[in-house]
Amino acid sequence: MIIGAPAHDPFERDRGGPATPLLTVKGLLKHFPIRGGALGRVQAHVRAVDGVDFEVMKGETLGVVGESGCGKSTTARLLLSLIDPTAGEVFFDGMKVGSPELSLKEFRRQTQMVFQDSYSSLNPRLTIEASIAFAPQVHGVPKREAVARARDLLARVGLDPVRFAGRYPHELSGGQRQRVNIARALALQPRLVLLDEAVSALDKSVEAQVLNLLMDLKDEFGLTYLFISHDLNVVRFISDRVMVMYLGQVAEIGPSDVVFDRACHPYTTALLSSMPSIDPDHRTMEAPLAGDPPNPINPPSGCRFHTRCSFVEQVCSSVQPRLTEAGPQHEAACLMVVPGSGHSKAPVGTGVAA
Amino acid sequence: MSAVDIRDLRVTFGGVVRAVDGVTLSIERGEVVALIGESGSGKSVTLRSLMRLHPPRATKMEGTIAVEGRDVLAMTPRALADYRGPIVSMIFQEPLLALDPVYTVGEQIMEIILRHEKVSRKEARARALALFERVRIPSPERRLDAYPHEMSGGMRQRAMIALALACRPKVLLADEPTTALDATVQIQILLLLRELQRDLGLSIIFVTHDLGAAVEVADRIAVMYAGRIVEEGTARELIRNPRHPYTIGLLKSRAHGVMEKGTRLDAIPGAPPDLARLPPGCSFAPRCAAAIESCQIEQPPSFVVEGGHRARCFRWKDAPAQLGAQALGAA
Amino acid sequence: MAALAQHTLAAPAPAEKADGYWIGVWRRLRRDPVAMVALAVIVALILMAILAPYLAPADPLRGQSLRRLRPIGTAGFPLGTDELGRDMLSRLIWGARLSLFMGITPVILAFFVGSAIGITAGYAGGRVGTVIMRTIDVFYAFPSVLLAVALSGALGSGTGNALVSLTVVFVPQIARVAEAVTTQVRQRDYVEAARASGAGPVTIVRVHVLGNVLGPIFVYATSLISVSMILASGLSFLGLGVQPPNPEWGLMLNTLRTAIYVQPWLAALPGVMIFFTSIAFNLLADGLRNAMDVKQ
Repeated sequence: MIIGAPAHDPFERDRGGPATPLLTVKGLLKHFPIRGGALGRVQAHVRAVDGVDFEVMKGETLGVVGESGCGKSTTARLLLSLIDPTAGEVFFDGMKVGSPELSLKEFRRQTQMVFQDSYSSLNPRLTIEASIAFAPQVHGVPKREAVARARDLLARVGLDPVRFAGRYPHELSGGQRQRVNIARALALQPRLVLLDEAVSALDKSVEAQVLNLLMDLKDEFGLTYLFISHDLNVVRFISDRVMVMYLGQVAEIGPSDVVFDRACHPYTTALLSSMPSIDPDHRTMEAPLAGDPPNPINPPSGCRFHTRCSFVEQVCSSVQPRLTEAGPQHEAACLMVVPGSGHSKAPVGTGVAA
Repeated sequence: MSAVDIRDLRVTFGGVVRAVDGVTLSIERGEVVALIGESGSGKSVTLRSLMRLHPPRATKMEGTIAVEGRDVLAMTPRALADYRGPIVSMIFQEPLLALDPVYTVGEQIMEIILRHEKVSRKEARARALALFERVRIPSPERRLDAYPHEMSGGMRQRAMIALALACRPKVLLADEPTTALDATVQIQILLLLRELQRDLGLSIIFVTHDLGAAVEVADRIAVMYAGRIVEEGTARELIRNPRHPYTIGLLKSRAHGVMEKGTRLDAIPGAPPDLARLPPGCSFAPRCAAAIESCQIEQPPSFVVEGGHRARCFRWKDAPAQLGAQALGAA
Repeated sequence: MAALAQHTLAAPAPAEKADGYWIGVWRRLRRDPVAMVALAVIVALILMAILAPYLAPADPLRGQSLRRLRPIGTAGFPLGTDELGRDMLSRLIWGARLSLFMGITPVILAFFVGSAIGITAGYAGGRVGTVIMRTIDVFYAFPSVLLAVALSGALGSGTGNALVSLTVVFVPQIARVAEAVTTQVRQRDYVEAARASGAGPVTIVRVHVLGNVLGPIFVYATSLISVSMILASGLSFLGLGVQPPNPEWGLMLNTLRTAIYVQPWLAALPGVMIFFTSIAFNLLADGLRNAMDVKQ
């Protein structure tokens, strides 16, 4: 057996122990310059990710939700240094990424990503077996062993290696290709897998199969997931904790059931009630929000959500709310949660029920 | 007379790919019908057939399509030009591809009105403005002079709806119009479509893969699988009392809020069939847990469950119990 | 492993071993009648060039002043004779050698040089890519005919110099296409995924980029062969390329132009050869482009 299957860390790579978060992100910032004019001078910045902090605990699934332009996909790419952050630090199991303790290459070996577009994420000119075996070979695994590992993984994701190993991506269906992408991500035996809208492009009946597969693999290989999706039902189903993003910032973060049932941030509430009801007797009568999300080039001042919020007050346009504890493990960036913020619905005084 | 009456429509591409395989569907005036299904189920092909948008050389269309009493498949190119717009118009998933990037949205709406009706430019502009107000575009006067790329996603979708309504069509065809939109914008567009249907008496055919969106807008839902309508009925009947194992499977495989942590989803096994090599019997039989021998051999006819509720399944009476569909009614 | 059984797909697709990419391209190309005719013409021309000593009925260099400019269909000279009384048929057959050589060689050379430059610029991107591509653009700014004539003129006449100047003409064009295709491929998720797995740029280019960009560049290069042939003929026509008495279609066109009023059909023959050859290469390039387009 090439790949071990215990539910705990198979390589005893766990250095910090269960209390140390697997991933800690501090002050992550990415501003894309917009050049214009004849001289190509920087005219403005897209504030794609604008000061994001969060942690992912070992063995958990953190769901990330938000609308287009909220920075959820950029965050994933920043984590893997596929694009260079403007500022911010990433710690993996207590070690700073890019420090002598943990090189970027080693971090990338332990953190893998599955993309949304199953077709574009496979090299059309490689057989799927070669695609899966590529990464281990980069890390010095001999070809023969890498191929054996690839075939083993194909079987694990439900594709018979005898039938599929030699095929090319265009000969597979979307669901099968996404299984290949998952196998490819697992080929390096990572501890953290970033799933960027990994099931969003799949048909509903196939989506359920892949979600089940993801849950099985998580148990089997002791994985930790960062699950990015716009589909709140799916996120609720798969996540232990949920992070809601709005215009490059974290609006709310907390245990999945708490966020879904007792959301504190008005944006989370609006997002939740925007979901189609699938109950013909209780159809949505009024849209919870009007208009589109604002442009991240010039985000609104103060609280970024104040232009669309139904609880908006004067103070919201000038004061930017910080993530504030709203319950156990539950934080929200809304002035209605920040004690003494000046919002009429804010808790009085300084103490928050902890 | 129904607004749209499709009888035994068969669409074949390149002589082999049978994309639509005997679809019969009628839509009353002022009714919203959702066609739902996965990619390759034939839902979009059916919709495009109503507009005759398929390349005529590579496509074979059989059966009849009558829209407002006109025989669509027999139309000459000239008749088609008069038909597209004033009788039937269409909105698409990606407005940026459907709108012309080099003209302002206002110009495009005026152009369509002027092409079909003898009105002055001033009148056409007034009509365009009224349409923008109708689809609730804020500061419509200014937005008429905007180019498509200058608008946000939701605004563009509203502009495309305005464009589709320019010649006061009787039937609106919507091809996944909310799929590419954010959740908070999607619900706005769904509500707008419902409002337009109510106020203008439009008949709408709404194609989607999202059961939730279908329930939000549709009076009736038709579920398609491998080129056939496998079940149709009112939205309520279909959600509360599904009869076809595929419909039941779709409903059961949905991740939804009340699930226990760690439960597995009830996924439909396997993948949709190859349309060039359809099985002789029921196309869903290879994936169906309730399939019996006759499902493999013979195509099930459309059984009437009750009123307009029909299912193409030999086992429509007992399959729901076997597949545990009762639990759905409560959810 | 018990859970695995539930995932295994029940799709009834038969087990099949996939064909390689190029086998698929060939299968699709074979179904394209136009491309196949073009390919047949090209193969025939190449065979004609190789087998010239056996095919040509007469010596292409020896003429007799007594039988100059005989019309097409003259006994013993099925395609007539040229202005020095040499057998046209033999000269056209021998001419295929130099003409094809002058048409294909610069493109092959430029394919290697241009691809290397373009792929480097495309994959590096950013400032490095910009500097390389702006330098290339300087060459690109000149019309290709002008550039070829100027370079040949500066280097002096002769086959070798003509080859060099034609190569220089094509390098920027191929580099541009290579850069564009590489930039596209670089943004694909599989390249991102390869970066995310810790692979270095050289490995990524070798495994993931080359295979996906060489095809399209090759197709573009094939379409340049016709241009190259015409330019080479043009250089010869101007006296800058192949030197008389060597048979080359462009040069023949030049020397026969004086006979255009006397024997117009005869004078047009080398032009006809150039025309058909370049059309054949262009049609083959079109067919290849379609055949290489893998749809989902």
